[in-house]
Amino acid sequence: MSVNQTLSTYSDMAYATSVVIYIAAMLLYFGEFAYGRTGTAARKRESVLVSAGGGESTEQPVVGRIETPQKRPLSERLGGMAVAMTVLGVLVHGASLLLRGFATGRVPWGNMYEFGSAICLAAVIAWLVVLFRQLRAGRRDATPTQLRGLGGFLMLPVVLLLFLSGTVLYAQAGPLIPALQSYWIVIHVSAAIVASGVLLFAGVASVLYLLRARYENNPLKMAKFGSRLPTSQALDRMAYRATVIIFPVWTFAIIAGAIWAEAAWGRFWGWDPKETCSFVAWVVYAAYLHARATAGWRGVRAAWINIFGLAVMIFNLFFINIVVAGLHSYAGL
Amino acid sequence: MRGYLTTTLALLRNTWRGLTSMRTALVLLFLLALAALPGALIPQRSLNQSEVDRYFREYPTLAPILDKLGAFEVFSSVWFASIYVLLFISLIGCLLPRCYEYYKQWRAKPVRTPRNLSRMPHHESATLHASVDEVMAAARKRLRGWRMVEREEADGARSISAERGFLREIGNLVFHFALVGLLVGVAGGKLYGYEGQVIVIADGSEFCNSGTYNYDSFRAGLTVDGTQLSPFCLRVNDFDVQYQPNGQVEAFRVDMQYQAGDDLETGTWRPYLLQVNHPLRIAGDRIYLTGNGYAPRFTVTFPDGQQRTGLIQWQPVSPQTMLSQGATKFDPPGVQDEVQRRQNQIAVTGLFAPTATFDGAVLSSGFPDLLDPAVAVDVLRGDLGLDSGRGQSIFGVDQSMVDQGRLKRVARENLRIGQEIRLDDGTTVRFDGVERWANLQVSHDPFQPWVLGFAIAVIVGIGTSLAIKRRRVWVRAVPHPESDGSGSVRTVVEVGGLARTDQAGYGEEFTRLAADLLGTGVDHSSPEARATAGPARERKS
Ligand code: HEM
Repeated sequence: MSVNQTLSTYSDMAYATSVVIYIAAMLLYFGEFAYGRTGTAARKRESVLVSAGGGESTEQPVVGRIETPQKRPLSERLGGMAVAMTVLGVLVHGASLLLRGFATGRVPWGNMYEFGSAICLAAVIAWLVVLFRQLRAGRRDATPTQLRGLGGFLMLPVVLLLFLSGTVLYAQAGPLIPALQSYWIVIHVSAAIVASGVLLFAGVASVLYLLRARYENNPLKMAKFGSRLPTSQALDRMAYRATVIIFPVWTFAIIAGAIWAEAAWGRFWGWDPKETCSFVAWVVYAAYLHARATAGWRGVRAAWINIFGLAVMIFNLFFINIVVAGLHSYAGL
Repeated sequence: MRGYLTTTLALLRNTWRGLTSMRTALVLLFLLALAALPGALIPQRSLNQSEVDRYFREYPTLAPILDKLGAFEVFSSVWFASIYVLLFISLIGCLLPRCYEYYKQWRAKPVRTPRNLSRMPHHESATLHASVDEVMAAARKRLRGWRMVEREEADGARSISAERGFLREIGNLVFHFALVGLLVGVAGGKLYGYEGQVIVIADGSEFCNSGTYNYDSFRAGLTVDGTQLSPFCLRVNDFDVQYQPNGQVEAFRVDMQYQAGDDLETGTWRPYLLQVNHPLRIAGDRIYLTGNGYAPRFTVTFPDGQQRTGLIQWQPVSPQTMLSQGATKFDPPGVQDEVQRRQNQIAVTGLFAPTATFDGAVLSSGFPDLLDPAVAVDVLRGDLGLDSGRGQSIFGVDQSMVDQGRLKRVARENLRIGQEIRLDDGTTVRFDGVERWANLQVSHDPFQPWVLGFAIAVIVGIGTSLAIKRRRVWVRAVPHPESDGSGSVRTVVEVGGLARTDQAGYGEEFTRLAADLLGTGVDHSSPEARATAGPARERKS
């Protein structure tokens, strides 16, 4: 299996470009967040729009709608640009992974660098999906500005992870070590990637939930910051939905891993550090789902459990792969 | 006495209630997560004894304390076991009543339509130009697939209570029961399984699973005494490793043959290409390739002209370069006298490099593949201590024999294939060549299919449970007070909805449903229809 160096160089260039684009997107998101009007003011304008026309979604042209061509304020234009940059970043980032795949003739998640990159892509895509769905649903508990306010806080860890992956963990394009040469790498690792990416989003939503809940309990605390976030209810719902959708996927990833381990390492479960840590994360997310169904544990406590789950996931990704010697340590590290 | 009994019973009942409460489950789950974490952070004996030893050297005060607490065997420690046993007792105690509860709900009819539907989290109403009968018929049609009852109410009003998503609870129960099954299956494997390791040299050597003594190491399940291993034999003909230029392995291939079942009687061998990720599955056992290395071949020619050839695995000390170390041991042939024999045993010990690089006279290996093999060996003569009754490593000599002066170094040399060393008494030691060896693992776990089955049930259960929403809808049709006489029949229709689970997304479904029932589908954003449809507040409580 030879490696196509040209494609792999293009892949690296696309990777670096996508990081730059994401940083730009992050700054734009933060720009809107910092200079946007607070929730109440924006909401007033939204409700004007709603009663003036169809309101469900602004893309839907409604006959007879009288629109005073109102210039969008700068902050909102920043937000729009941020979203556009995010989409562009996803395209370039996706291209980087695809090119890696073509360069090496295998799935582009064969080592830590590629794995980290793919997780970030999954997280950003999860964010875009949530954003567009929420915008379309036209909920009242979050204005588009408030929704986009999450963007910067999601891009921040993404950019950090990408930077780490691209520097410390970077690995030359190469073929897979024998233990990874199996179709299970497609099934198990892709499930783990998607789950990790979406859980990253859920964790960020839970962090913001805690901040917003503080503000709602006492509007004098973090008044500027808090008022710019969607309501705690909306944030809680986003975190919960993301976790609920992805928990079965994470369960599947672990089980698929066990099936693979049975073929590759001679046992389906051996408490290898990575297995152990994945199990711990799984149990923590199970606890989160339980907490949501236990009186007195919904809300703030559940959010903390979700954040703890994300902490275990990140710990699993970096510390376990890099510091603890186990069967899972990827090649090229 | 009686009072005592009652108190005890009350205590038991309260303990049981406490143990099976949701809050306890939550706490136990959390404890389980916390208790498992040290297993990932502190080296574990079952995985890596040498890491544990290093830990003891690096933290000489801390390590013995951790050892007392079982931190080096977390997953077989008492405290870890007590957490999961409690959790599973709690789980079963929680599940059984829920099964009964669920059965009752399933038998019962959907609940009566609440008097005041506008109190429901979801509510819409409209006045339609249709009779109550027509409205009811349309509603029945739209709600096909829901569990439904229709009830007559006062003043000619009629209502439908409908309910959907019962599978959710079934999924949840399947999920939790499958967890119990999973635990039982894993425990069964620990009781009835075994796992053995054996090194086989790839020169046509054979291994038969006829007894535990054939293994280099063997781990038996609690009920396994080693007398009933699955019968099969293996023969390793050739071992092929492909390396990339940077020394990374591209592929391992073991060309082997096996016999099992009737083949053992008829002596038929069947071929198999054993690779990583492709274990051989025969006779209820699985055979894996878990390691490899080199076995240098030495021939010793004794002064009387007799020859002995030694071929035994040496141990890789560096996985990157496959520099290996070991000891090949020889008995002088034809010597009956014990004392004399013990003075003339020979060991060839030192380093083997598959691709030799020399720094002066110091041998190291430049590449893992067999490109330019060489050995740097000491030849020792004397008493190897093989009869001392003490076990000794096959990869080295008994150092105490050297220390006592009963085993002496008589030569030190670097050899390439074909080269030899001549000792003072005329004995020669020749380096003849190299074979590869494969480390094979034989595993047996009769419960594995069960574990897989329960794992699939876990996924199906959790998927069903989380994807399906339990929700209720009520429709009430009341004849409009001004509808009689004027010719046009009008009916006031009210729809109310409630999602019974902590599950977002019901709002959209309800909006669509209400739009269909109220005929507002064309323009469902009309202010009145929307007015009472609250924002998606799905949470019941
Ligand atoms: C072995 C440990 C356990 C694990 C890994 C676990 C996992 C889960 C998960 C992931 C869910 C969410 C899925 C769903 O809602 O159907 C859930 C729900 C639930 N579990 Fe467990 N569970 C465990 C033990 C228990 C125990 C001991 C109880 C009883 C106290 C229990 C009672 C429940 C209940 C009532 C729900 C439904 C909550 C709802 O309606 O959302 N579970 N469990």
